[in-house]
Amino acid sequence: MDVTLHDTTPEYDSPLGGNLPAAETEDELRLEVATQWQLMWWKFRKHKLAMFSAGIIILYYLVAIFAEFFAPWERTQYIADYVYAPPQPIHFFADGKLDLHVKALKFERDPQSFKKIWEIDEENKIDVGFFVKGADYKVGLHWLPIPYINDLYFTTDRHFFGAKDPTQPMYLMGADKSGRDVLSRLIYSTRISLSVGLVGVVISLILGIVLGGLSGLIGGWVDNVVQRMIEIVMSVPDLPIMLAIAASVPLDWSVERVYFIITILIALRSWTGLARVVRSKFLSLREDDFILAARLDGTPQRRLIFRHMLPSFYSHIIASLTLALPGMILGETALSFLGLGLRPPAVSWGVMLQETQRVAVLALYPWLLWPAVAVIIIVLAFNFLGDGLRDAADPY
Amino acid sequence: MWQYFLRRFIYMLFTVWIISVITFAVIQLPPGDYVTTMVSQMIQSGMDDLPPDFEAQIRAQYGLDQPMYVQYGKWLRNIVVEGKFGYSYIYRRDAKDIILERLPVSFAISAFSVLFVWIVALPIGIYSAVKQYSKADYFVTFVGFIGLAIPNFLFALILMFISYRYMDRAMIGLFSQEYETAPWSLAKFIDLVKHLWIPVIIIGTAGTAGLIRTMRANLLDELNKPYVDTARSKGLPERVLLWKYPVRHALNPFVSTIGWILPSLIAGELIVSIVLNLPTTGPVVYNALLDQDMYVAAGIILILSTLTVLGTFISDLLLALLDPRLRLQ
Repeated sequence: MDVTLHDTTPEYDSPLGGNLPAAETEDELRLEVATQWQLMWWKFRKHKLAMFSAGIIILYYLVAIFAEFFAPWERTQYIADYVYAPPQPIHFFADGKLDLHVKALKFERDPQSFKKIWEIDEENKIDVGFFVKGADYKVGLHWLPIPYINDLYFTTDRHFFGAKDPTQPMYLMGADKSGRDVLSRLIYSTRISLSVGLVGVVISLILGIVLGGLSGLIGGWVDNVVQRMIEIVMSVPDLPIMLAIAASVPLDWSVERVYFIITILIALRSWTGLARVVRSKFLSLREDDFILAARLDGTPQRRLIFRHMLPSFYSHIIASLTLALPGMILGETALSFLGLGLRPPAVSWGVMLQETQRVAVLALYPWLLWPAVAVIIIVLAFNFLGDGLRDAADPY
Repeated sequence: MWQYFLRRFIYMLFTVWIISVITFAVIQLPPGDYVTTMVSQMIQSGMDDLPPDFEAQIRAQYGLDQPMYVQYGKWLRNIVVEGKFGYSYIYRRDAKDIILERLPVSFAISAFSVLFVWIVALPIGIYSAVKQYSKADYFVTFVGFIGLAIPNFLFALILMFISYRYMDRAMIGLFSQEYETAPWSLAKFIDLVKHLWIPVIIIGTAGTAGLIRTMRANLLDELNKPYVDTARSKGLPERVLLWKYPVRHALNPFVSTIGWILPSLIAGELIVSIVLNLPTTGPVVYNALLDQDMYVAAGIILILSTLTVLGTFISDLLLALLDPRLRLQ
């Protein structure tokens, strides 16, 4: 009989499962000496959807950082003749050979309404290529307001993809009311829409940690006041008040100031959840043995907080922040969509969607809804990533 | 129990008071007031022979020259004592009348949305917990995620586009044309219900998705507890067992979530009404904010917020009735 009765290689599905066999294989030794962050990474890695979402999010942020490179057109570039031109489908083959191109557009006037009726011009093809020449742009640190450092940049005119002849129209996602390329504007939009979330997260992180920390560490009446404050903030329907504040922003304010106000506004609605997490963690940690041991050792309060308590729930904070991000992105989109958030010339997904408020526009030019698709994908990705991070946050 | 009730009630009053202060302060934020707008409009239309103290006169007439806290005190006193919300500069009517016209519809939509959330989330949540890891469970989880991810106004836009494209009519408004200005009647009510389901689905979807997840998680926790095994070993039929103990237990958070679902429902109603142009408070408050018609805006914001806080209060009470442990705290 070839049946092995004593199978010495232990089987376990999860390297992090509770009952590990006693046999000391290399894998287990690895587990025992692994740091907390390594364990979390191994657990997170198994969450396929979260990994995939992380990839999408990285892609989005790369596009946001290098928007000039990825966008075939400049942000404000337009062709007046191509107002509301429909999307040109991309073709991969011509005459049986690999040949990336789009078909040109032509239009006729409706004899009665004089409206343009667009048609695909099957005869004329516009060649599309990668790393084509287009408008000049700068890459580097030129946007920093620090002298000398902002000299560190170079100028290039290469774009990731586009029409080989930059004067030819190429509207992969159609054109908007001024004949601008929806795809290019979508790419530029990621910059504002995604950074609003990040800045907002930093603001709510500070508020949440300070107030939640005070509440959990000091306790007593401070805790009571902060808790009541959180309850009130949570029970106030935020949208009407946000609308009221946003509506009071003067029309002559610069884009940067409006951006700043909007970010604070959306941060103000999400710090409460984080403050609650921080408070409950501090409360339970205060009673923990290792904290008591450190305190008996004479560790000063400051070191106790920053060296022993905070690091034990960094991961929870990161997970909560990831789950708060989509709400912030949506907040900016909703405000801008209503015309109370960012205003042109700033371009965000919400600003782009403003045009679709009128049902007639929406019905005739449905490609203006593309920003909505971009929003939904990134919000889903953040939700999945946050879910995976939350599961991995406690690897023991 | 009474002590708990009283404490909650005082918290509620305090919250409403804070909201009234915030509302009033926020409404006063924009530089200038309605009189500034009015006078500049008059000058633009050619009336440049206004007496120099004209602006001050009008301000005194509306009481706008008094200090902020006096204005606030008067405003709050009128609301609490006389039920007056001030005067609408734009509509040239009592703000109360405008609010009362629109509020019932807002209220109906929100109430129907809560019902919708409950009716849909309860059975689906139970089903996907009992059949954990089945195909239906995965499907529900997936749809739930998407429901949570699509914001109300985008959902409204997409539905609007689909209805326009494929059903040849835009889903805007709440009444058919013949009923729009007609007085209330049974036929008008039926017509309203026919239109109401669209905003209700749009507003309720996110809450439903959230509640399904909560319900599923809660029930899964309960189903693994020893008392369920005990009941099963007694020979209790599966259906009776499920409904008698774990579901009842899992219902607790169901009631408490109404507290946090309500603010998002009210907000959802607001933004969806603006997009779909429903005759609710949404478009009115939106335009009032843009035109600085402050008493209308402040009145609506205050009422919506108070209703939300009231809803949370009621859900707290219900929870205390359901769960004796809370009363003892």
